[in-house]
Amino acid sequence: MDLSIAALLAQDGLTNGAIYALLALALVLVFAVTRVILVPAGEYLTIGTLTLAAFDQGRVPGTVYLVIGGAIIAGLMEATTRARRGEWTLLARRLLLWTAAPVALAVIAAVLATRHLPLAAEVLLSLALTAVLGPLTWRIVFQPIADASVLVLLIVGVAVHFVLTGLGLYLFGAEGSRTPAFSATSFTLGAMTISVQSVLVIATSALAIIALYLFFDRTLAGKALHATAVNRLGARLCGISPDFAGALTFALAALLCAFCGVLVGPITTIYYDSGFLISLKGFVGAIIGGLVSYPAAAAGALLVGIIEAYSSFWASAFKEVIVFTLIIPVLLWRSLATRHHEEDE
Amino acid sequence: MNDRCKLLAAAFAAMLTTAAQADINIGVTLSATGPAASLGIPEKNTFELLPQSIAGEKINWVILDDGSDTTKAVTNTRKLITEDKADVIIGSTVTPNSLAMVDIVSDAQVPMISMAASARIVDPANPRTKWVFKTPQSDTLMADAIAVSMKANGVRTMGYIGFADAYGDSWLAEMKNSLKTAGIEIVAAEKYNRNDTSVTGQALKLIAAHPDAILIGASGTPAATPQKELVARGYKGKIYQTHGVANADFLRVVGKDGNGTLLPSGPMLVYEQLPDSNPLKKSAAVYVTQYEKRFGTRSTFGGHAWDAWQLLNQAIPKALNAGTKPGTPAFRAALRDALETANVVGVHGVFVMTPHDHNGLDNRGRVMVKIENGKWVLQK
Repeated sequence: MDLSIAALLAQDGLTNGAIYALLALALVLVFAVTRVILVPAGEYLTIGTLTLAAFDQGRVPGTVYLVIGGAIIAGLMEATTRARRGEWTLLARRLLLWTAAPVALAVIAAVLATRHLPLAAEVLLSLALTAVLGPLTWRIVFQPIADASVLVLLIVGVAVHFVLTGLGLYLFGAEGSRTPAFSATSFTLGAMTISVQSVLVIATSALAIIALYLFFDRTLAGKALHATAVNRLGARLCGISPDFAGALTFALAALLCAFCGVLVGPITTIYYDSGFLISLKGFVGAIIGGLVSYPAAAAGALLVGIIEAYSSFWASAFKEVIVFTLIIPVLLWRSLATRHHEEDE
Repeated sequence: MNDRCKLLAAAFAAMLTTAAQADINIGVTLSATGPAASLGIPEKNTFELLPQSIAGEKINWVILDDGSDTTKAVTNTRKLITEDKADVIIGSTVTPNSLAMVDIVSDAQVPMISMAASARIVDPANPRTKWVFKTPQSDTLMADAIAVSMKANGVRTMGYIGFADAYGDSWLAEMKNSLKTAGIEIVAAEKYNRNDTSVTGQALKLIAAHPDAILIGASGTPAATPQKELVARGYKGKIYQTHGVANADFLRVVGKDGNGTLLPSGPMLVYEQLPDSNPLKKSAAVYVTQYEKRFGTRSTFGGHAWDAWQLLNQAIPKALNAGTKPGTPAFRAALRDALETANVVGVHGVFVMTPHDHNGLDNRGRVMVKIENGKWVLQK
């Protein structure tokens, strides 16, 4: 291995690591606020890429139907709860929020799909469509069982993963897609050839992390989420609705995952079932951060990316083994270093 | 339940079984979902084109999905044999599933036609494969075609990158055999996974070994990932693919990076370019026009399902003429014997079955194809 190969591999590892880092952040965020392990994170990623690919090919993405279907179910669930309690004005407002707004977005997307918008507009539409799936998942699946144990939430998360994978096969087909590169150019820096695409991926990931920090530190909604993550009961006593916190968290997480999907689309071919393995690597990163620390999770994910790149060069047959074996010493160290406590809620 | 009820129920059940026995039951298990879905879906579509009766007998098609999962394929096979009383089983789409099914059909003595590639499925040295036939070309046949083409193009050294699974491993093993006779050396062999986000490491290592040609042992659109990476990293040698990529989706994903790629394929992919004297031209035209009218662009995988039916189309009337009744062990044995002597022009080649060759394809079952500007071009 000479220097130029080592540099290329480092660049490759950092690019993938940046994507895993965003996924790791989404996983930590969702777990901290709602105690849900977001198993379907990879599906949001896949849907994000495939939606953009459909826009690019001038087709109506299957996501449109997914959003409309989800919005109708969420609206029905909200309607039954509110009607039973006789809260009629609230019912109307909630229907507007849960059904009318997502359906309107889906219809706009469907109308614009065949018009070949500029890439930036297509990216924004894909992100919006996929991000809406987050709160819909929360409202339909997790909100009714928000107080269940972590294990139940995990198992339901696995179920959602399978349902979304199946729907993905039905809506997007078995074959993969790529999205157009944001930039095909590259420049040389010393002995290194650096592609603008990977610089973009790393830079936008860094920007997203900074934006998340500002959101949690500077905005009321962010502070509410932060408070819920620190102490769920205390936050509730202060008037922060756990339902609102859950929906907002899922929206943010789905947005982050879809963003990963848009970033990864030009680098590799994405299939309806590609997301799981990618999110699993983000999960390894998140575990390194103990599922609580954002910087540690991001650092862990970068490490995963770099190890993956070098092991694919040295021992491509054992690449996955090496990456996933990484979790064992981390878990050992974590279980020795932290006091074990049963879930006491 | 009183006695009269029981009697009625028994009579009713007896009626049902006799009614079912008059029909021919064809059980199919294929991988319409899961990793092999892009192979299984065109196969499933093809079964929709097939007739509902043959030689005056009604056919009951029972088509199950095994989700590309070996355990599920085994469960499906057992269900097809015991519950649906299948006279013959077609499936499955992929090699691991088909290999697992061999033992079950040989115990139950039900003929089976696999749509998967590996030669091991019909290995004549294994007595259990007596009941098993298969329609796709074996890797050996295709690997030979690649070796011959490489030699003709003056290739001395080859690099290999393939799936880290049975498909990739079996191709590497076949290539080693075929290249030995052609005098070509393998200088690097790398693996990757279908869902990998990057193959940069493997591509760099391959290029560093300076092979004259690189073979990508992968199927479907995932085979485009290393190809795009090799082109992006400035690899200038020849790139070969396997017949696993012969579908329109691969062309869409690989785009202009696919130009100049060579691959072996079943003749149906480019049947329009075959000379009129080739008997496959007519049979492929019949299938491809029917398929494309209903389901869009052709897939060579659907052709394997069509060929399985062509074999049965010849074998079932023979078994019926032997005086055996569908639903009986005698019919299944007669059907097996008829399959073993089948001589059929399919869409992937001419099948000449013998007791030692349950695939029956020869060199007429392969052509070399080059990708030129998003089109398959037959190499003479």
